This record gives sequence, structure tokens and C-alpha cells, in this order.
Amino acid sequence: MEQKNNTLLIYTLLYFAFLYIPVLFLPIFSFNDANYMSFPLSGFTTEHYEEMWAKTNLHKALWASIKVGVVASVVSTTIALFAAKAFARYKFRGQNISYGAIMIPFLIPEIILAVAILVIWLSLGFKLGLVPVTLGHILFCTPFAMLILIARIEGFDFSLEEASRDLGENAWGTFYRVSLPLYLPGIIASLLLSFIISFDEFVLAFFLTGSDATLPMYMWAQMRFIQKLPHVLALGAVIIVFTTFIVLLAFWLRNLGQGKEKAEFGIKIHE
Amino acid sequence: MNDSFIQINGISKHFGNVKAVDDVSFQIKEGEFFSLLGPSGCGKTTLLRLLAGFEYPTSGNLLLDGSDITALPPDKRPTNMVFQNYAIFPHINVEKNVQFGLRKLGLTNDEIIKRVKDVLSLVKLEGYEERYSSQLSGGQRQRVALARALVRQPKVLLLDEPLGALDKKLRDEMQLELRTLQKEIGITFVFVTHDQQEAISMSDRVAVMSEGKIQQMSSPNELYKNPQNIFVSDFIGETNFLKAKTESKDGEYINVNIEDLGSFKIKNNLNINENASDVICSVRPETMMIDKEKSDWDICLEGKIKQTSYLGEMTKFYVETKEIEKIITVSSQYFDNQSFQDGKCFISINLNDISLLNKK
Repeated sequence: MEQKNNTLLIYTLLYFAFLYIPVLFLPIFSFNDANYMSFPLSGFTTEHYEEMWAKTNLHKALWASIKVGVVASVVSTTIALFAAKAFARYKFRGQNISYGAIMIPFLIPEIILAVAILVIWLSLGFKLGLVPVTLGHILFCTPFAMLILIARIEGFDFSLEEASRDLGENAWGTFYRVSLPLYLPGIIASLLLSFIISFDEFVLAFFLTGSDATLPMYMWAQMRFIQKLPHVLALGAVIIVFTTFIVLLAFWLRNLGQGKEKAEFGIKIHE
Repeated sequence: MNDSFIQINGISKHFGNVKAVDDVSFQIKEGEFFSLLGPSGCGKTTLLRLLAGFEYPTSGNLLLDGSDITALPPDKRPTNMVFQNYAIFPHINVEKNVQFGLRKLGLTNDEIIKRVKDVLSLVKLEGYEERYSSQLSGGQRQRVALARALVRQPKVLLLDEPLGALDKKLRDEMQLELRTLQKEIGITFVFVTHDQQEAISMSDRVAVMSEGKIQQMSSPNELYKNPQNIFVSDFIGETNFLKAKTESKDGEYINVNIEDLGSFKIKNNLNINENASDVICSVRPETMMIDKEKSDWDICLEGKIKQTSYLGEMTKFYVETKEIEKIITVSSQYFDNQSFQDGKCFISINLNDISLLNKK
């Protein structure tokens, strides 16, 4: 019995090591006083971070990524909210097929999606830039948003909405006073995760950005020059910390209020 | 009082091929405690939801206090509902739950405060204003649901099996309380339940439903004493069914030949014809007598007790007789099993206690 537990523990530790050791190298080398990623470490410095901060191109790329991420997450979460509500609330003909149809972008290789959008976009005579990237990201984020929102809305007691109608609220009042506050943790989780997915996305951006680089595109461009590597490491370390924080926050929010403490955790927005 | 306060005129509701409610018409009186009773799937909840406006009828119309409400959405109807699972909003406290429906009524702040206070005292929930649903017991949630609906002073209160989730003792208490409350405030209650005892003990009138149709609508007493068909007789209380054939009509009476027992003259409540049709005689267990000795009642059969179940206030005996193939259920306050030697007994029936039903 005891031995079995140890085996499992070792397995678990190995698993986490496999997941996180490569990622840990990034922050370590970002503080290393050298232009190369190699051991032994040659001294501590924050120089790379200062260098990173000074790059105006990076600021531009960051701003582009934020714009794309905000629009993509808001639009995909909105679409997914309506769809998730329909899937959780009603049984309708073609339900499984439409569910599959929404989830497929999640499974199609991104490069195929990217090429497809590129071909259509150019053949329609539009210019490349942040707009097609945003559209691509909406397509790509919607299945993620759906998964999160369906998990939240499934098991939702729809008699609460009926009770609200019964107590004199119309459909909008019911949405605002009952559904929205109860879905809100899921909605915020979906916004955060969609934003992060868009923020980190490379393949679609690579094909569709044209000259307006997003942050991953900027990093990719910088890595062609060895002397620019250290500040990309610094940037990478910052992004890892930021992403981890957002993802943890999103998961915490998604599970919020699904346990016993539902009432205490409910979010009061209409008061 | 208005005898046709709620008018249900030829209401049908179909879900695909299923006729959940099948051409139902009846009226509910103002201030009445009215129950819709039936097994699950009989259409009683659908009918209630049609009244609330959560469903719209396939055909027919609904009138409430003289005005047609058939096409009104739930928020425009002067009805309020107590949900089966109470549907207390989990993100707001008891006070906010009760206030929820007052926002659109155009009341002043003082009026809102007064109404909430009054209704919370009516349902005995003073001091619970700050609690959330998760901090309340089942019975308290039920009171919140009641308060939240009553605070709007609806013309009709709709209750969807509100006592189903409570344990037996609390359920009995709430039955009595609901009944008292309804008499006190005088609002028309339409109460849905599958529990015949609940319906009988609380209601002024009961509609027994099965397969989307009303089987019988009458006072609880009438329902028990004079069931109109086998379904009602079987569903309300417990009974023994004996097969019989009609012979000849005799005024209010009819001669029937009860299988294995012979001919008897029985009151013909349902005005059954005499043309040798198959009928069913229903005899309630508590109308029969079980004894060690023979009696001079209209029918007296010798039998053997196969099994007994002791219920506290009475004992049920399952008796096998020579004449009747089926085991007869008799209940009695007087005897326990020890009174009978080797289970030998006599069961006696008065013809007055037999009700005649059409065989379907």
C-alpha cells in the first residue's frame, strides 16, 4: 500500500518536472548576465528587463495584442454565451451536430485554419492586418469559451429564470437581475482565458498580420538576431507570470460559487 | 364570490405527439383552495404552468377574473407561483428575494418596507432577512418562496408540489399552516400534488387528472365516497375491487351479480344500464368488519388471515376467502392478530358501502 503511494508520488513529480522545467529556464536566463542561453550562469542582472522596457516596437506590438485580445475575447464570449445557454437550456433538433460544428475549429490544425482565412481574406480583396487576425482569433477562441460557459451554465436551475418572469420581470430584466449575476464568474473566466489564448496565439497571427505585429510575432522576429535574445527571454518570463496568474484567476472564478458557498459568493451587480 | 373566477375553456397542450393536457374545461371559484391531483405525467403540472404563463396552450383559452390571459407572458399575469424546488435566488438574501417582485409595482419605499415586513411576519420568517438560501432549511426556503409570491398580492397563487421535498412531520405541519394561511388571506390557491392524502386534507375541491384529462372534480368527501370511475376509486385511498355483472334496474337501485357471491341490490349512483354489462364493485377496507364470529351484515364471508400490517391507529388484515379469488384488504381498530385462532375470521360487508363503477 505504502509503496504504491510512493510510486504514484514519484510519477506525479516527474510529470510536473517534465511540464515545468523547460519553462523555468526562461526566467533563470532572463536574469543571467550573458547573451547566450548556456550554463554556468555568469551573474545576476536586470539589464535585459530594462532593455525590454525601452523598446518602442515592443510597446506597439503589446498594444496590438491587447486590442486583438480584448475584441476577440469579448466577441467570442458573447457568441459562446448565447450558444452555451441554448445547449444547456433546450433540447433541439441537430443539437449534437451544431455542438460539433462549433467545436471543430478547436480540433482543426491551426495552420489550415490560418491558410483558409488568408486565402479567403485576400481573395475578397482585403488587406492583411489586425482585423483578419482578430476574426481568426474569434473563431479559435469561441470553442474554448463554449467549454467554460457550458460547464458553468449546465446544472443551472432554470426555474430561477421562470421565477423572475413570474415575479414581474421581462426577459431582459431577468437576464440582468438573475442570469447574468449567476453566470458572471463563468463569463469572466471565459473572457480571461479567451484573452490569453489570443494573446499567445502565433500561427494565425503569422499568416494574417501583415505589417502590424502582435507580441508573439514581435518575439519571433527578434529571435533572428542573437544579440536580441536576452530581452525576449525577459519578455517571455513576464508573459509566463502574467499568463499563469490569469489562468489561475480564470479557474478560480469558473469554480466560484459552484460549491456549497454559492450564496456568499454570488456577485451582486444590480444593487 | 365569483364562481367562475378562473375559466379554463377547452385547453389542450401537445408536446410533439404527447397530449399533456387534452381538451380540459372547468372553472375555479374565487377564494377557493383548489387542487390538481394525479400521478406523475398526468398533465397537472403542465396545466399549472399554462396558468402561470410558462407554457402556451395548443388550443383553448384561459380567463382570469373576466379577462383573457391566454396570450399574456408570465410577468403580465396577476398570478404568482411557488416552485417545486422553491427557486430562491441564491445570490441575494431573503429580504431582497421577497422584494424582487415589487420593483415594477410602482410602490414607494415605505410601502415596500411595510409589505416585506408584513409578509415575513405572515410566514413567520422575521429575523431571517439577511440570510441566504444556502443558510436556510427546506421548510424555511418554502416560506421564503411563499412570501416572495404573496408579497405581490396576486389574484391567484399557484403551488407546484411545494411540500414534496419536506419530511413527513414538517409536511403535515405545513399542510395545516398553508390551509390556515389561505383562509386568512382569502387568495385563490391552485395546488398541484401527486399525494392524494395532501389534496384531500387541504382542498375545498380537487380535480383528479389522468392522461391529460380530468377524471373527476368534486369535494374531497365526494371524491372518496362517490368515485366516478375505477381510476379515481383506485387513486384516492385504498379499495377492494370485485367483478360483477348488472342484471336489472330497480329505481335508484340495480341488481348486480357479484362474481362468486351471487345477486345483490346496490345503489346505482352512476346510473348504469342493466344490459348485462361488466361492472366493478368497490369496497373500502375500513367499511368492512372483521370478527371472530359470524355477523348479520348483508354479506358475511369466512376467511383466513394471510398477513397483517400494524399501522398504529389501525391494523390492516389481508384475508383469503373461499369465494373470492383475490385477497381482501380489511382495516380495523379493534383486533390484532392474536385475537384470531389460526387466522380464522369472518369479514362482513354492508351493501350501502359498495360503490358501483363502470368497467373501462
